[in-house]
Amino acid sequence: MRDVAVVGFAQSQSKRREVNLNDTEIVIPVIHELKKGKNLKNEDMDFVCSGSSDYLAGAPFAFVMGLDAVGAWPPVCESHVEMDGAWALYEAWAKIQMGYAEVALVYGFGKPSMGDLPLTMALQLDPYTQTPLWPDAISMAALQARICLEAGVLTDRDMAECASRDRRNAKDNPYAQVKGDFSIEQILADPYLVNPLRKHDCSPISDGASAVLLVAGDRAKDYCDRPAWIKGIEHICEPLDLNVRDLTRSRSTEIAAEKAGVGNAKVDVAELASPFSHQEVLLERALGLGADTNVNPSGGAMAGNPMMAVGLSRIGEAARRIWDGSAGRAVAHATSGPCLQQNLVCVLEGN
Amino acid sequence: MSDEAKDDVVKVIRTPVQLDYNYSAGRSASRFLRSIKEGKLIGQRCPVDGRVYFPSRGSCPQHGVPIEGEPVELVDRGTLVTFSIVRIPAESVPLEIPFVTIQVLLDGADTILMHLLGNCDLEKVHMGMRLKARWKPKEEWEESVANIIYFEPLDEPDADYDSYKEHI
Amino acid sequence: MAELTAVVGIGQTHHKAKRIDVSQAGLIREAAERALEDAQCTWKDIDAVVIGKAPDMFEGIMMPELFLNDAIGGAYKPMIRVHTAGSVGGSTGVVAASLVQAGIHERVLCVAYEKQSESNATWALTISMPFAVATVVGAGGYFAPLVRGYIARSDCPEDVGIKVAVKDRLNALKNPYAHLHMEDITEDMVRESPMLWDPIRYLETCPSSDGACAMVMTTEKLAEACKNPAWIHATEMRSEPTMFSGRDQVMPQASLDNAAALYKKAGISNPRKEIDCAEIYVPFAWFEPMWMEGMLISERNKGWEMTLSGATALDGDFPVNMSGGVLSSNPIGASGLLRFAEAALQVRGMAGDHQIDGAKRALGHAYGGGSQYFSTWIVGSQKP
Repeated sequence: MRDVAVVGFAQSQSKRREVNLNDTEIVIPVIHELKKGKNLKNEDMDFVCSGSSDYLAGAPFAFVMGLDAVGAWPPVCESHVEMDGAWALYEAWAKIQMGYAEVALVYGFGKPSMGDLPLTMALQLDPYTQTPLWPDAISMAALQARICLEAGVLTDRDMAECASRDRRNAKDNPYAQVKGDFSIEQILADPYLVNPLRKHDCSPISDGASAVLLVAGDRAKDYCDRPAWIKGIEHICEPLDLNVRDLTRSRSTEIAAEKAGVGNAKVDVAELASPFSHQEVLLERALGLGADTNVNPSGGAMAGNPMMAVGLSRIGEAARRIWDGSAGRAVAHATSGPCLQQNLVCVLEGN
Repeated sequence: MSDEAKDDVVKVIRTPVQLDYNYSAGRSASRFLRSIKEGKLIGQRCPVDGRVYFPSRGSCPQHGVPIEGEPVELVDRGTLVTFSIVRIPAESVPLEIPFVTIQVLLDGADTILMHLLGNCDLEKVHMGMRLKARWKPKEEWEESVANIIYFEPLDEPDADYDSYKEHI
Repeated sequence: MAELTAVVGIGQTHHKAKRIDVSQAGLIREAAERALEDAQCTWKDIDAVVIGKAPDMFEGIMMPELFLNDAIGGAYKPMIRVHTAGSVGGSTGVVAASLVQAGIHERVLCVAYEKQSESNATWALTISMPFAVATVVGAGGYFAPLVRGYIARSDCPEDVGIKVAVKDRLNALKNPYAHLHMEDITEDMVRESPMLWDPIRYLETCPSSDGACAMVMTTEKLAEACKNPAWIHATEMRSEPTMFSGRDQVMPQASLDNAAALYKKAGISNPRKEIDCAEIYVPFAWFEPMWMEGMLISERNKGWEMTLSGATALDGDFPVNMSGGVLSSNPIGASGLLRFAEAALQVRGMAGDHQIDGAKRALGHAYGGGSQYFSTWIVGSQKP
């Protein structure tokens, strides 16, 4: 495999509702900042790949306007996944592996505030047997949390610990949306939102975008003093039906982590795109993270969850810890589908 | 399974989907929409090549740079670049079929606008014809391009093919 | 640096206006099973799955690949969902190929599909957005002005579209999978069909179909053990924005750049001579001559001469759309992959009654959006 590094990252402020900008206008400054910061011209980019969702935008072909934000002229080699930008990064990484590209720009964006996100997510389910019941995304997650609690694999205190930590960490992240000091007792005293989930167990609904720059081999050093090298990147998809999955663990994350070599050495930093606190507990276990790993220094998805960009942002946030030397080895995670159906794991190292 | 049992499948179920979205026009489109409510047509210049984009928009798609700076006011007349005569009805179009959809290049603009042609015999529609906007009555003006009902022929000689050919 | 990769399995459904006999999962499984059978492998042998389709609103499901994945053996495997507008079928093939070419996987299954009968595509394409006037009714409404632009520029006779419409429907009679089998098609019939989006007549447009296409791609080593692999000589993709000042919508630069880059990679200097046949994305008949030029196969403004001279017919010197093309079957999301698949079938000598004798090198092509997304490949019976 070729050496490929994450050398640049830009993101927008996560906001509950970005009223002034449409979704293209959210992406424009992010890509602009990244290109300007890295002195990147269009002719330098061999490949561009993006991730977004038409249903978030409420219109078909919503991703097409992203080309305007890139300024795709002269025409660019470009592709799009109807997935989180983290998978767009995976596609770009594959293109670099096959020698098609040396420098690739990846971005993701979403403006879920336009619609009713939890309800829209019901359209992700089996259209013949599940969607007609309109189970919203929070209720689906609550079912999983209930199973985990009843099975005794975690407690509501474990969940509150994650929420408390993420929100505390987010205080240092200017791009985060939900931040502050919330003690575990405070959180546990809150009423349920959708039993057994409290408001603090849920990630916020966020509008936002992010972009990442990938560069192969020695050229990475032209863009970054200490590139974050991708040592492993894997993703696995489980079946959608909840009744054929073990919801008390994240099997797909375990497989992806094993293949990506997460456990081969100490993990200094982990950035998780977990939309719910109980899922964060499951993810930490699936990744085999211990007390010596700094989990979600940015606050993770629990502090800002711009769908379709949030996973890509985790890779960017993890890379940032490599660039500034605060981590030697970092793991980033992205997810898609109800109850952690599909998961991507990316291992980054400074050397 | 017998063939008979095979045929006994549920063939159609109906799941009505209604999702409501609240769109934001965004900054530059807002400026455009506020202006058109006053009957003004506002475009903006790309800071790289100075070309005028109409309607005004957030960025230049060609150069990927934000379009900021002073707006450019345009007149409500232009040239028909290309067209189609449509014989399929559409709820969103306020004209009876057959109706004519057009791409019009407003004088002073460097991008085409998609709109409708009215008040014109179908046999007479052709590329290069000069057009002017037919507005709704002023009291009905909203923040919408639909303030212009359609474009209609202007009693002027056709525009030279070379003047609009790069916009086809 | 790229690993040599080949197509060793191809499957497609019988395309129809409504496949209400199967669910979406059943539809893609039908194509995938045929591809596996052709590749002589089982679900277990597949390392990863790539799924492509056009906008989610066409079926009314958000990211339908999530519920479909396990129906094609994708459970606990990597899965990617591609969406690049109308070119998506082609892009799905390109992405699947890249996973093998990159040395990541040994065997990848890609599936592209559309089941338009489960929703309403023209509605999905005509959603009335605020702040804009909806003047475009369906894809035909968008492309008709561009066709008019082409006719004006090339100064060609007005019956070119009619000839293409008849030729592709006659080709479809040789393809058992095609949606339209119009035994009695004639030029007069096309000429007299309603002018829907002037200058586009009803019979010059593609149908709306339910259907799927699947392919298995594998490494050089594994392909050598398979019957008639189609070796991938080159893949290419290009995109440009929908609208900018001075954009040539009729002959987009992205198309020309894509073609030039593709041929360079495939070592082709004279595409008209060195390519034996081509499956081109022609949803409206006029796009055959337009893309002959856009793919640098014909001189500028002369593409129509290829149609009129019979060069693009099955017995011509550059056969185009041997399968009947998009004009005869259009499951949108799958349409691009079907073009790629037909190119591969031709060089494998497995195209049945629409086989071009001795086809050694073939072009597969897809485009989408406002003529702004392009994906293409060249496959050959011999290794590059």
